[in-house]
Amino acid sequence: MIMANAANVSINNLNIRLGTNQVVAGLNLEVEPGEFLVLLGPSGCGKSTLLHTIAGLIDVESGNISIGQEDMTWADPKDRRIALVFQSYALYPTMNVERNLSFALRVHGVDKQEIERRVTRAADMLQLGPLLRRKPAQLSGGQRQRVAIGRALVREADVFLFDEPLSNLDAKLRTELRRELKQLHQNLGATMIYVTHDQVEAMTLASRIAVMRSGMIQQIGTPAEVYERPANLFVATFLGSPPMNLLTGTLERDGQAVRFTGGHLACDVSHYTFRMPPMPGTPCVLGVRPEHMRVDPAGPHDARVALVEPMGNHRIVWLDYHGVSLAIVDRGRQPIALDETLRFSFDGEHVSLFDEESGQRI
Amino acid sequence: MNTVATPLPARSRVARIYFSPARIGIYVFLLTAALFFLLPLYVMLVTSVKPMSEIRMGNLFAPPIELTFAPWRDAWESACTGLACQGIRVGFWNSVRILVPSTIVSIAVGALNGYALSFWRPRGAGVLFGILMVGAFVPAQVMIYPLVRLLASVHLFSTLPGIVVIHTIFGMPIMTLLFRNYYIAIPQELFKAARIDGGGFWRIFGELVLPMSLPIIVVAVIMQVTGIWNDFILGLVFAGTKNLPMTVQLNNIINTTTGERLYNVNMAATILTSVVPLAVYFVSGRWFVRGIASGAIKG
Repeated sequence: MIMANAANVSINNLNIRLGTNQVVAGLNLEVEPGEFLVLLGPSGCGKSTLLHTIAGLIDVESGNISIGQEDMTWADPKDRRIALVFQSYALYPTMNVERNLSFALRVHGVDKQEIERRVTRAADMLQLGPLLRRKPAQLSGGQRQRVAIGRALVREADVFLFDEPLSNLDAKLRTELRRELKQLHQNLGATMIYVTHDQVEAMTLASRIAVMRSGMIQQIGTPAEVYERPANLFVATFLGSPPMNLLTGTLERDGQAVRFTGGHLACDVSHYTFRMPPMPGTPCVLGVRPEHMRVDPAGPHDARVALVEPMGNHRIVWLDYHGVSLAIVDRGRQPIALDETLRFSFDGEHVSLFDEESGQRI
Repeated sequence: MNTVATPLPARSRVARIYFSPARIGIYVFLLTAALFFLLPLYVMLVTSVKPMSEIRMGNLFAPPIELTFAPWRDAWESACTGLACQGIRVGFWNSVRILVPSTIVSIAVGALNGYALSFWRPRGAGVLFGILMVGAFVPAQVMIYPLVRLLASVHLFSTLPGIVVIHTIFGMPIMTLLFRNYYIAIPQELFKAARIDGGGFWRIFGELVLPMSLPIIVVAVIMQVTGIWNDFILGLVFAGTKNLPMTVQLNNIINTTTGERLYNVNMAATILTSVVPLAVYFVSGRWFVRGIASGAIKG
């Protein structure tokens, strides 16, 4: 097994400008040694730019980046002890797999036996053994990405960077390689920073997820934290499929209890863990995950069924609730007819409340 | 069912097209045009293997009655250029001596320029490239006198290295454009990966970029070989009397008039001079078209 020297990555007050475009502004990020950090966000949010800056391929405007306690802000990419896997694989087309894997080692003048040892190991880990003599053009997409990962492995880098490595693969291969990557991280224990716009990849791989928008980190936390307790409306709606149901209303105090009242809906949220004491009368948004809503004949609310999407092991019931579209993940088997009026319920514990104006969690 | 049924009418349509009157018309036209353009070559070939007595009869298109290769031998070995009567072979070897280093150096410089401009993108790369392109459109005549002074000041005027430098300079804009346009289509990520893997300027060029450039190098060789071989004015001005290229020697042979004009020798010398570019065109026509397309259209 290759043991990597997991290093931490620490980014302080980073600004990146591409032309006249401020891509990343005042970003701070601490990546612990051995962590699998996923940078998640919509396209154009600056996540790939951030990754390439960590790799040293893009110059910073201000701020600093240190890798393994060492300031690397202006270091050459080759001196950062990092490896980067690209979305497009970026395999050297004129070299066979073996020479692709060994390129970095040959450049660094590593002796022949050591090269042989490391290439064999990486090839074993990624089942590339029979392909070593092939050119990249003779490989399938999945094999090419394996070679790209292998090329990072032989470097025995301190930090592995992945730039949407699975986006070019078909759905089945993506799931397969995703599992392999997770296994690889567990075996290596190396620090990995992984960029993706795919929330499933983020949820399954990450030890922590950093959700980004417009060059700023919106929230950083374990997948469960980010999913269960989104810090703002953007994170709430970006994560989850179907996305979180949102209802607007106000908070009211009713003796000891706190109630949320929307247009047609009132709900006791006394058990909600508020970040700050709730102010009565604040306009706010109530968010409920579709899986926390239940089809419930005894439920307090009712709505018209607009659409049913069967998913095999469950179905998504779309309701038209006084003009607001709500989704319920339902595992029941009883038939549901279109336009039927359905009763449903949810509990006040598994909700999120956001300030309507700022969008921040309250 | 559809997929099975469609090929049949398609095939019969193809067959019909081959024998349609329009098709026949096109082929007749193309054939006529080809014959028309081949006519001068035919006249040259025929004339070059006739003795002077036959040429004097004035039947330009008649095939030779008495086939002779003496004019070819004369053209190669003993035709007079001014006072020297050593034939066109002197010019041939001069041209080869100019051609080989000029082709290699100009392509190397062009490839290196294109590589630096497309991958490393140094500050001001765009401006530099713009200036180079403007250079391609400045008529060579404008630059001749300043270049003569320049080469004279570094003692390279009228020398073989001098003419190689000149061909490199004049070839630089088009060679740079050719290689830059080829490299710009290669994904940047490849280059970034090589940089992370620790490759420097020369290492990435030598191990990654150059092996990928083989198709465009072939194109560049074709363009430079024909261009440098066919050059007249630069060779005449810069090469010096000892290194005059074949084109200049040919002109001298044809314009040397002592007594009768030896049309058969002149024709043979001309064909000999055009053998190299002709061979290049015949061997590599397809590559040449590709080169023109990638140089001119994609820019």
